[in-house]
Amino acid sequence: MQQNPSPSEPIVSLRDVKKSFGPLLVLDGVSFAVQRGEVLALIGRSGSGKSTALRCIDRFEKVDGGEIVVCGHRVDRPDVNLRALRQDVGIVFQSYNLFPHLTIEQNITLAPCAVKGVATAQAKDLARKVLAQVGLEEKLHAYPEQLSGGQQQRAAIARSLAMQPKVMLFDEVTSALDPELTAEVLRVIEQLAADGMTMVMVTHEMGFAKGIADRIVFMHRGKVHETGPASILTSPTTPELTQFVGTGNLKS
Amino acid sequence: MSLQLDFPAVLERWPSFLAGAVLTLELAAFATVLGALLGTLAAVGRGTHNALIAGACKAYVETIRNTPLLVQIFLVYFGLASLGLKFSAFTVAVAALTINVGAYTAEIMRAGFEAIPRGQIEAAEGLALSRLQIYWHIILLPAIEKVYPALTSQFVLLMLASSVCSQISAEELTAVANYIQSDTYRAFETYIIVAVLYVILSLVMRAGFWGLGLVLFPRRRRLGTPL
Amino acid sequence: MGGHLNINHLMFLGQGALWTVGLSVIALIGGGIVGFVIALARISPLKSVRIASAVYVQLIQGTPLLVILFLGYFGLAAIGLKVSPLAAAGASLTLYVAAYLGEIWRGCIQSVPKPQWEAAEGLALSRTQRMTKVILPQAIRIATPPTVGFMVQIIKNTSLASVVGFVELMRSGQIVNNSLFEPFAIYAIIAVTYFAMCYPLSLFSQKLEQRMGRGRSTLAPA
Repeated sequence: MQQNPSPSEPIVSLRDVKKSFGPLLVLDGVSFAVQRGEVLALIGRSGSGKSTALRCIDRFEKVDGGEIVVCGHRVDRPDVNLRALRQDVGIVFQSYNLFPHLTIEQNITLAPCAVKGVATAQAKDLARKVLAQVGLEEKLHAYPEQLSGGQQQRAAIARSLAMQPKVMLFDEVTSALDPELTAEVLRVIEQLAADGMTMVMVTHEMGFAKGIADRIVFMHRGKVHETGPASILTSPTTPELTQFVGTGNLKS
Repeated sequence: MSLQLDFPAVLERWPSFLAGAVLTLELAAFATVLGALLGTLAAVGRGTHNALIAGACKAYVETIRNTPLLVQIFLVYFGLASLGLKFSAFTVAVAALTINVGAYTAEIMRAGFEAIPRGQIEAAEGLALSRLQIYWHIILLPAIEKVYPALTSQFVLLMLASSVCSQISAEELTAVANYIQSDTYRAFETYIIVAVLYVILSLVMRAGFWGLGLVLFPRRRRLGTPL
Repeated sequence: MGGHLNINHLMFLGQGALWTVGLSVIALIGGGIVGFVIALARISPLKSVRIASAVYVQLIQGTPLLVILFLGYFGLAAIGLKVSPLAAAGASLTLYVAAYLGEIWRGCIQSVPKPQWEAAEGLALSRTQRMTKVILPQAIRIATPPTVGFMVQIIKNTSLASVVGFVELMRSGQIVNNSLFEPFAIYAIIAVTYFAMCYPLSLFSQKLEQRMGRGRSTLAPA
């Protein structure tokens, strides 16, 4: 059942979420919340569970215990309305996952037409608009393989934006990119944050996280070890975060 | 041994050969279209979570692939007759060939489906597309493009296999050959001519599929690269 | 006229099945030997040999097996060479199998990794030594799964020998049907018999392919 959250309630909230892959306990009682318009950065070592936690928000993993509420949807429940949830939540992946047999325009107009019943002409206008937002208007009729990695990722962001989600999830979206191409993607995300989009991102870009995140959640071995404003990166309080920040896990 | 070949005597029967070749192509065309549909459905069925449907599709594929086409044709022929249904030899032939090529198509399409990277399916799910929409927009055309050479080879083999339908009196090219050789007593020349005609038909089919590929796959046509 | 399926009929069918196996073995051995020659010819350094063998393969692969059988039986008879159904079927199947196995094996030989060819050349081995000591042993391992898979095709194709009068499983069924007039039941039994012969081979071929995939990954890179 979906209930529209009041302005003061968080738009995304995880409460005591548990998840195992077979015998491996990946999420061990994870709790955090995201307010409307907030930018949250999830950081941690590989294997800390941060990507799994992100994927649980959009139901790409089923949780074994705990509660997840996203835009009023009870994601932890088996009867959650996936179609409605995924119209409210947009997700961008590390490997962009653009559809190679469609042009960029077709990539973007596919979901609005097929899911929301938007008319083709309107969808094409929308495609032009979101591509302009990410700085790729001239690539409208190109195929993904004709674009660089950074351009493909920006196109993937535009594709998700076309569905006008209330929350955007970013799963290590610059990890597969060469350093020169990372900057253009980060600029787009920065602009989205400035425009007021609610975002949760898993990232290794500490400098970037420090710059635009309103709050940082540091995960370690499936638990939330520390959370707070960006300043926790410069003055960590727990030994695990101190070690993480100090050992060059960061690209600042 | 009298090696006195008389090709002209047989070649003057070219209208019959032409009619037989046309019927062979018609058989192949009907069975290709219907078999492609059947095979795609069976491949989708193999992938469902419903154990009954998936099992039935697997049983269908394995049964056809491990029994000879000749037996399958006779079973369809006598099976329909025993049900009291009277169909033309052409219809029976199309039915048997469809069932046969459907099983091979299913295997090829299944390999195509499995070659679609999981990431693209997740991206489509993230955009709230339904299972059916994902199959139609994201999986089907790219899968066909990936397995297009194997698919088209299968359909050419189907055309060659249609020669077996001569055994239930479908008037395709081999049946025409049997009739002409018994009429002219020139078996050697007749079958040589027919062999050449089949080779020509294979080339015609391959050219046709190549052209169809250009129409179906605009990306490939524009960029010249495989998927 | 009519009557029931009794043990005699079943034994007759069984005999037919034995002849199916026999003809399959003849086709495999004959086609294997000629196919091996074809495979080598396809990669011969002599252009004329390469072209001749390629033309052979294209012709056979572009002709229905039934037409080849008819050529071998009726065609040869018409120009004075009378052959038995067994000889006609055996020869036709041999030519047919040779073309397909030749192509399969050529592909396997060519898929032996290029570094192996170069290493053998670097050791100053002659072309014959290179083939017999380095390339062919590896090619044989690669070729085993598809060859076992093709054996299923051979068994199924022997059913066409019935059309030229050779009494294998299919023809036995037609003969039994001529006295019992229960075509659907009889051909159903025949289908089951073919399935029993072919399915284990199919499974075995798949298993070999899986094992090939695993084995490959444990080979240390050059």
